[in-house]
Amino acid sequence: MSKTLNRRDFIKTTSATTIGVATIVSGITLTTFANANKMPVTNEKRWGMLIDTNKLTEADIDGMVSACQQEQGWGSELHSTGNQKPGWIKKLKVRDKATGKISNLALMCQHCEQPPCVDVCPTNASMKRKDGIVLVDRHLCIGCRYCMMACPYDARSFVHETLSNQKEHMPRGKGTVEACTMCVHKVDKGEAPACVASVNSDAVIFGDLYDASSKINQTLKTIQSAQIRADLNLNTGVRYSGI
Amino acid sequence: MSNIRFEQIEGKSLGFYTLVAGLGILVLAALGSVYYMEHHGHFVTGMSNRIVWGVPHVFALFLIVAASGALNVASISSVFNKKLYKPLSRLSGLVALSLLAGGLMVLVLDLGRPDRLIVAMTEYNFKSIFAWNIILYNGFFVVVAVYLWMMFERRMNKFSHTAGLVAFSWRLILTTGTGSIFGFLVARQAYDAVIMAPMFIIMSFAFGLAFFILILMASYQWTNRPLGDVVVNRLSNLLGVFVAAVMYFVAVYHLGNLYLAENTGVENFILFDGGIYTKLFWYGQIILGGLIPMALIYHPATKGNRSMLGLASVLIIIGGFIQLYVIIIGGQAYPMALFPGKEILEGYGGVAQYSASLPEISLGIGGIALAIIAVTFLVKFLAFLPESLADDVADPHYKG
Ligand code: SF4
Ligand code: SF4
Repeated sequence: MSKTLNRRDFIKTTSATTIGVATIVSGITLTTFANANKMPVTNEKRWGMLIDTNKLTEADIDGMVSACQQEQGWGSELHSTGNQKPGWIKKLKVRDKATGKISNLALMCQHCEQPPCVDVCPTNASMKRKDGIVLVDRHLCIGCRYCMMACPYDARSFVHETLSNQKEHMPRGKGTVEACTMCVHKVDKGEAPACVASVNSDAVIFGDLYDASSKINQTLKTIQSAQIRADLNLNTGVRYSGI
Repeated sequence: MSNIRFEQIEGKSLGFYTLVAGLGILVLAALGSVYYMEHHGHFVTGMSNRIVWGVPHVFALFLIVAASGALNVASISSVFNKKLYKPLSRLSGLVALSLLAGGLMVLVLDLGRPDRLIVAMTEYNFKSIFAWNIILYNGFFVVVAVYLWMMFERRMNKFSHTAGLVAFSWRLILTTGTGSIFGFLVARQAYDAVIMAPMFIIMSFAFGLAFFILILMASYQWTNRPLGDVVVNRLSNLLGVFVAAVMYFVAVYHLGNLYLAENTGVENFILFDGGIYTKLFWYGQIILGGLIPMALIYHPATKGNRSMLGLASVLIIIGGFIQLYVIIIGGQAYPMALFPGKEILEGYGGVAQYSASLPEISLGIGGIALAIIAVTFLVKFLAFLPESLADDVADPHYKG
């Protein structure tokens, strides 16, 4: 418990002193990808996202969801109903019980540093890359769904029906589990994830959390941000501000 | 004790073949259901991304838990050296193996990709309690099979105590492992309790013994072999104690959760306002599966009556099944607390709906049928059952 809270407290204190820097750039920039193309996967990087719910409009979130669907090819399942439909990223509306403040946010796999889904997966199909991106290896997944039981963010979906016309980079298949990949196929080419690219403001920032010169790193240093269910100590790669 | 003679059952009667045929049909129906579910995908089931584990898992875990419990009779005999239970040891081992086989069949056939079972057998993530369970289940087959061999083979009899000890320890670890499947789900309030693993062990005692008693009484009745009151009454008392212990653990578990502020939500849901789950808990698990069987076992009017003991065992099995339903399905139906202190207006939350589809139920029943078929066949081909368990045979101190 203390570890994460300390981190948040730390961010809070820092933000008080350096608040001025918070509003520097606007317009989505991907400067973190300086030397693009086929960057090696190393643990010197940790890919992450910062979602500012004060700036993110509902239309932005809808755009993120459809960008994800288009990029990864989910959402047009014919037979799955209700909760059987996949939801790699979804729009959430939450109200603070004390203040009554309503926030809208996009929720996807949080790319936990200590991912429960990876811990419980019997076959190592759920795995975390060195750069922090959590993925499912579709050739190892036996469809036991234990990872779905373990994920605190309801981030994973089980493919409930036969699919056709899958994207080449995303071999989705019946009987296996899937979730947000942080568009690893794009990130590895130096591009931003589809959802991030779809937003026309800096409401969503993507980048290397470790890189002190990255926008995400600098922004996190200056504003107050939070992890969802920080009490679980999973040290998520996706952070939120304004909630 | 040396006058215990084990003998195969004849297994030639019309009744025997009818039983096997009936069970065979249930197993075939289960396989048909699996084909249907795997061919179309899980959309034809009631399961979803919210109710990830459905009725097949209730059956599977129930059978696996009962399996380890069914071994208890043998353990009491060889580990605690209680002579009365000795003639029952072989059957106890057999019921344990059969129930486990049935449970595993259901578990494996509900996988999204059962065809990749080989992956599960070759790729191990040693951090995963699930992977450990696969090892524990396979090991249980080996350990109990060796134990049975020691009991069957006269020359090996002297090792049967040691083998029994190993099997007993193994089964305790196995049930702990099964209970721990839930212990690792940190984000789900319903499972956030240390008591889960010991509670599963006690549950296994009760469910396993209930199965054992039913199978014992049925096989002696149907083969016209004598089964004396000494054995039956002893088992009946033991069953009563186990059921009481389960109820005690259930009470501690729920009281504990009520005190833990962060879990009161799910507790209120199960105990008071969870609709179907609340009803199942009180009427099914507590009254039908706990209070009534205890009354049947201990009330002077029904005590010692075999039909009533049979009824009590059936109710314990039904109640146990309901208990796992409430734990597994109820625990998932209640939403996770994504934003403590905040209310989710859209996008997630609410109680997830689930209604089991026919193929799911048929798969589960097929698992039970497989277990009973295995017992039925093996008692025909190997000498599992003492020819007589009449009081003067079973109890060396019996004065008739
Ligand atoms: S959010 Fe869920 S699926 Fe994603 S890494 Fe964390 S536990 Fe795994
Ligand atoms: S469903 Fe697949 S990825 Fe998830 S725990 Fe099971 S094998 Fe691993």
